[in-house]
Formats: sequence, C-alpha cells, structure tokens
Amino acid sequence: MSEELLLRVSSASKSFGGVKAVNNVSFDLFKGEILGVIGPNGSGKTTLVNLITGFIRKDSGKVFFKNKDITKLPPHKIADLGIARTFQIMRPYHTLPAYKNLIVPLYSPRVKRASGGKLGDRDAVAIDLLEEIGFERDAYVPYKLASSLPLGYLKRLELARCLALRPEIILCDEVFSGLSMAEIASTIPIMERLQMDGITLIMVEHRLRELFRLTNRVIVMNFGEKIADGIPDKVMEDKKVKEAYLGTEVM
Amino acid sequence: MESKARRKERLDRGIKVRTEGIYAVSSLREITYLLLPRLVLILGLLIIPLVLPSMYWQRLICMMGIFALLALAFDFLAHYVGIVCLGGALFIGLGGYIAGILNSSYGLPPVLTIPIATLGGALISTLLLLPCLPVRGIYFAIVSLMYPLMISRIIEALGLFGSTDGLAGLATFPNIWVDQYIIIAMVLISLFALRRLASEDFGLVLRGIKDNDQAVKASGMSITWYKAQAVFIASVIGCFGGAYLTHLYGWVGLSLFGLDFSILPIAASVLGGIGTLVGPIMGAFILIPLSEMLRALGPLRIVFYCLILVGFIVFKPEGLMNYFQRKYHQFEHWIEV
Repeated sequence: MSEELLLRVSSASKSFGGVKAVNNVSFDLFKGEILGVIGPNGSGKTTLVNLITGFIRKDSGKVFFKNKDITKLPPHKIADLGIARTFQIMRPYHTLPAYKNLIVPLYSPRVKRASGGKLGDRDAVAIDLLEEIGFERDAYVPYKLASSLPLGYLKRLELARCLALRPEIILCDEVFSGLSMAEIASTIPIMERLQMDGITLIMVEHRLRELFRLTNRVIVMNFGEKIADGIPDKVMEDKKVKEAYLGTEVM
Repeated sequence: MESKARRKERLDRGIKVRTEGIYAVSSLREITYLLLPRLVLILGLLIIPLVLPSMYWQRLICMMGIFALLALAFDFLAHYVGIVCLGGALFIGLGGYIAGILNSSYGLPPVLTIPIATLGGALISTLLLLPCLPVRGIYFAIVSLMYPLMISRIIEALGLFGSTDGLAGLATFPNIWVDQYIIIAMVLISLFALRRLASEDFGLVLRGIKDNDQAVKASGMSITWYKAQAVFIASVIGCFGGAYLTHLYGWVGLSLFGLDFSILPIAASVLGGIGTLVGPIMGAFILIPLSEMLRALGPLRIVFYCLILVGFIVFKPEGLMNYFQRKYHQFEHWIEV
C-alpha cells in the first residue's frame, strides 16, 4: 500500500464552555485507506469531523491537506479542495426531487473546473450517479421528492451528494446508523467500490462489526481524547478502549 | 445486451418524467390547459388600464404595479432563498433618490436615470445588506428594516438632497399611458424572468440554500456569494420601482423610505399565496385598490382592512393563488376520470 500522506490533523482542540469536546487529537490519513473513528456517545467524533471540514472553528491545532495548511479556510473552500462530508442528521433539499439534489454539487466551481466547464446535461449526470449509488432497483425513485424518500435512500443520497463533488476524501458521519441489516449489507459494497476508485474515507461509526469489515485502521476516542490508534483487533484488546466502552472494573 | 436495453428504457423513462411539458404539446386541449392561465394573466394585466380609464384609477394602477414588484421581490427572497426581507422601503428609497439626484443635479433624462438608479441602487442595497448574509435567522429582516429608517434620518439631519422638502420639479413620463404600461411591462418581465431563474440550476442552488445551507457549503459553494446575487436580483426589481416612482410624480422625498413599502408587500404575498410569484402580484392588485375603496369608511378603514387580512390568514392561509392552482389541477383531473 502506498503511504502517501493525504491529511494530517495535529493537536486539534475545541471546547464548548468547560467541556473539552476534542482535546489535542492528532492523526494522519493516508491515500486510499478507510479510517474508522469510533468511541462512545459524546466522545467528540462528530465535532472532529466538523473541525476538519471547517464547520466549527478550532481553538488550537492545525489541519494539513497534502501538506497545505487548511486550518483557517471556510467550509466551502475546504470542500472545494475535495474534502466532502456527509451529515449525521439527514437534511436533504427536501423541496427538490432526489436527482435535483445533486445539481447543487454538480453546479459547484470544483466540478466545473474538473469537467473543463462542460458537463453536458447535469440532470443525466445526476441520475447516473444515483444509479451508481444504489437507486437502480426502482427507476421512479430518483424523481420523487427528497422529502418523501425513506432513510436508506436518504443516506445514499447524502453519499451521492458527496460523490458528485468528485472528492478525494469523504468524511462519513454515521452512514450506517438507523439502517436495517439488509440496507447496511447493500451499502458496504458501495463503500468498498469507493475505496477501489481511489477515494479515501474517514468513517465515524457506532456499528463496529460492519465497520471492521471495511477498515484496517481505527481511531478510538473517549471524552474528546484519542485513546487508541491501530488495527481493529489490537485496538479492541486495549485496556483503555475496553474501559471506555464497558466502564472501569469496581474492585 | 439485454441489460443495455433495460438501461436505455430506464433512462427514457427518466427523460419522460423530466419533460412532461413537451409531451403536453401533443394535443390542443393540453396546450390550452397549459397556456390559458398564462394568457389570462398577461392579457388581464395589459387590459386593466383600458377598462379603468379614469385619472384616479390610472394613478392607482401605477402604485399597484410598484407594490406588485416589491411583493414579487419579497416572495422570491422568502420562498426561493429563505431570506425574509423587509427592505422594500430601502430599495424604493435608494432607487428613487438616485434617480432624483441624477435628474435634478446632472439633468439626465429618465431613460438614463432609471437604469443607473436601478443597478446602482441594487448594488448599494446589496453591499449594505452583505454583513447579514452569512447568518441564518431573523437578522436580515431586522437590518433590512432598520436601514431605510437610518438613511431617512441621515438625510433629514444633514439636510441633504432638499432635506424634508425633497427634490421637486423632476422629469416625468410623457403621458399617463406610458406611466401605466412601463410598470405593467416591468411586472410581467420580472415575473417570467424570476420563474425561469428559479427553475435553472442557479435557482436550484438558491433553493438548496433555503432547505439546507450547511449542505451547500459542504458542496464547495459560498452561500454568501449566492445569497448576495439573489439579493441583488431582488433589489434590482425594487430599485426600479423606486426610480419609476420618482419620475411618476416628478418628486422625491422622505416618504420613499416609508414603512408601507416594506410591510404591504408582505401582506400582498400572504394574501396572494407565498411561493407562487404570481400570487403576490395578484395580492398587490387586490390590496391596494381595496385600501383605497375603504377610504369611504373613514376612520374605520384600517379596521376593515385588518379584518379582511386576518380573515384570509385564518380561512385561506395558503393564499389565493395556491388555492386556485389546486382547484385548476383538480378540474383537469376531474374531466379525465
């Protein structure tokens, strides 16, 4: 595996009032890998995603993308560099049909640059993208209003919205949560294909078993701090990780 | 091969869904069904000045047109961009004063002052409102409401541009027919331009900002830039109204910054149906004459005016146009079954 450094987070911190949501977290992300971020509720995983993508200002610390400092950039500039993200709380453009949801990223400066100004029929590109991401079973679904889509499709729509941007990194904030086992089973191959297409993924997840099928490296967070970093089996053996999930032994 | 054929069929179905309008051209009845409402609207607006020829009504039609433009701008920002804009008075005031100053100090004719005031006023309004564009919520509404109050006080306190007397003796339009048809043409052009814009990709981005601005940011687009463009478009429409008003009466004064220009368009939008673009125009064409007719009631005028508005909000909160549209589509459906 090529060890090309893509993203480096160095001692990022953020407090909300007295709560240290993210405390001095550092990690490296290499091109082509799927990095899992796990941890109990409230351990700062989503805040970490928000810090990387610029949706929340960092108190301290730096983020580098391809050795370029992106710490101070606004969210849309960071997305423009090719760092896409999904949102944990699904809010599609609910007044638009599903495929029209993708017109917004397809209209973005990044895609315009990538396609040399000519994208042709954006609608057709949008529908192709939706088919790729798993909308093909029922051909009418892409034309339904986004507000009437079930959760499984919304999660995929969210992924498609990221893909439309032709990103290099996608930060997935709990794409599996709320999905049935069957839906997760059909989403896993999609994630694998993204990886094969050369997209680097950071997956924030609670569904550990499914995550470990995809990833070969995880970061464990607890109370805003990174407590472990490594291959899943090793990490789960770690004493601190066990304590974070199961509590300390009372003896 | 078979999967290829299936894929083609799927795509064709998609194309069909997206181009329902084209399929409608297949029969005369369908064409009539699509065109009738548009024709009624266009011809209706064009005929109004001919059926109401008294001097009193002619002036009123011009005011109706101005308020229709403001209501249109309000509806565009509220429904397609998610900005509640109370800046009608700001647009009218800036457009009006710029046109007035250009005419009185530099002697430019209305043919030049109106375009300059429209674009210049829109640019200034957009720049003034720029600071509250990145944030969601009520801030834009408050700021856009405060600016006209502030500017009119500045003009009064510093004695600028004729202070409280305003600038009189400005150029007017050649005759009353030009007065009326300029504003009616502008209402129609703005209406159809905005409708087209809203269905373009640019309009989709604006609707995206209304639904979820975070996701638009995550798509690598600056929401401030897009909102600024939308505000510019709305203020172009509003500032044209102001410049037109100046040359309609040949006078500018502090009343151009009056609250009526901010508040009445909202009432017109609610009455006509928010989000339809046509509705607010209809609302303006109903409310303005209504308020004039109620003058006969003397001091009770405002009471009746309020009662009518409250009645609408309680019994038809969707607005007239949404109601008519629904009924119209049901009517079509009823014939087919």
